[in-house]
Amino acid sequence: MSLVFAGVCSHAPGITGRAHMADPEVRDRFYESFHQMSRDLHAAQPDALVIIAAEHFANFFMNNMPSFAIGMADTYEGPIEDPGWLGIQRRQVRGNRDISQRFIAEVMNSTDIAYAEEWKFDHGIMVPLHFLTPDYDIPVIPVNVNCQGPPLAPLHRAWAFGEAMRRACDALPERIAIIGTGGISHWPATPDSGKINKAWDHEFMRLWCANDKDALLNAEKYNDLQVYSDAGQGGFEIRTFITVAAAAGGAKGTVHFCEPIPIFAVSCTVATYDLA
Amino acid sequence: MTLYAVQKFLYELNRTPSLQTAYSNNRHAVLEPYDLTEEEQEALVAPDIGKLFHIGVNGQILMHFAAFHHIEWQDYLQRMRDGIATYGPVREGVYAMTTGIDEVVVAHNEAGGGSS
Ligand SMILES: [Fe+2]
Repeated sequence: MSLVFAGVCSHAPGITGRAHMADPEVRDRFYESFHQMSRDLHAAQPDALVIIAAEHFANFFMNNMPSFAIGMADTYEGPIEDPGWLGIQRRQVRGNRDISQRFIAEVMNSTDIAYAEEWKFDHGIMVPLHFLTPDYDIPVIPVNVNCQGPPLAPLHRAWAFGEAMRRACDALPERIAIIGTGGISHWPATPDSGKINKAWDHEFMRLWCANDKDALLNAEKYNDLQVYSDAGQGGFEIRTFITVAAAAGGAKGTVHFCEPIPIFAVSCTVATYDLA
Repeated sequence: MTLYAVQKFLYELNRTPSLQTAYSNNRHAVLEPYDLTEEEQEALVAPDIGKLFHIGVNGQILMHFAAFHHIEWQDYLQRMRDGIATYGPVREGVYAMTTGIDEVVVAHNEAGGGSS
């Protein structure tokens, strides 16, 4: 069939794990935005949800670190984190090995990736699913982009990977949704946690909505050194957002929510592309 | 190579419940196969979160190690800050501290406090 839904959202563990410490007014508006995304996702009636998260050393390590990896199993489990710490109970999450396998085969026509028949979900996937599919009713195809251990694949490779996934969506008979997760600017899990470059975030999301490939891949503005300086080591996760931009194939986007919640360590973000 | 070994251990600990049980029972025995310096081994066993941050342990695995030891969030952030004050800047890697030693990035109760 094709790509029936494309969007991005935050995945920071504080969103569920430190919920009680946030300003309830902003937090609840953010949660409502997440719930709306869930309703829109379900309205698109996807047969599978491709969820593109960033590596946090849950499944891969520097002994063998893929730039891009896709899961290929009927079931996954998560969260890998202490359930009390994350605020999400450990459980099995349904995948679909058959759809994954065909999806991966199509992606491989143009991009080298790793596939994985085992996968432990961390907050990068579990936090979004907690809001988007609270009943875990849509089979998941997990995707991982190394945004953690340099050297990282350059942004134009993330773009090419997104295009390859779009071609795979178009080739499959199923209806596929794609959601990228991550922070924009953030300094997670450091003493700087809570530092947020709001202006940088809004500028990046403006370009993301415009789906301006040249601007998103601008080597002066978004090279790793510059991103590290402007947006922290967490800023490397823009790769997941850029992948979705490429998959959206020129569609324009809307930001539904993008406001800093410092105890969650990011500009909490929900945005979608209009694929119609 | 040894920072690599520290992180490899933490990576495996974080994702392996049986290793967590073994480590709870005998920290030194579990660390034995890893190629660690005495400093690293001591920092892990203590656990000295500030020292581990200082030597360059990636925060994504360090925060789970802190949670494993029931160190709550604000305390975890403070211990890293104290580590920088005591031992100096982060030696290597991309997880560093860019704010001042005494800077308050997020107030303890965000609803009532500011942020930078
Ligand atoms: Fe992340």
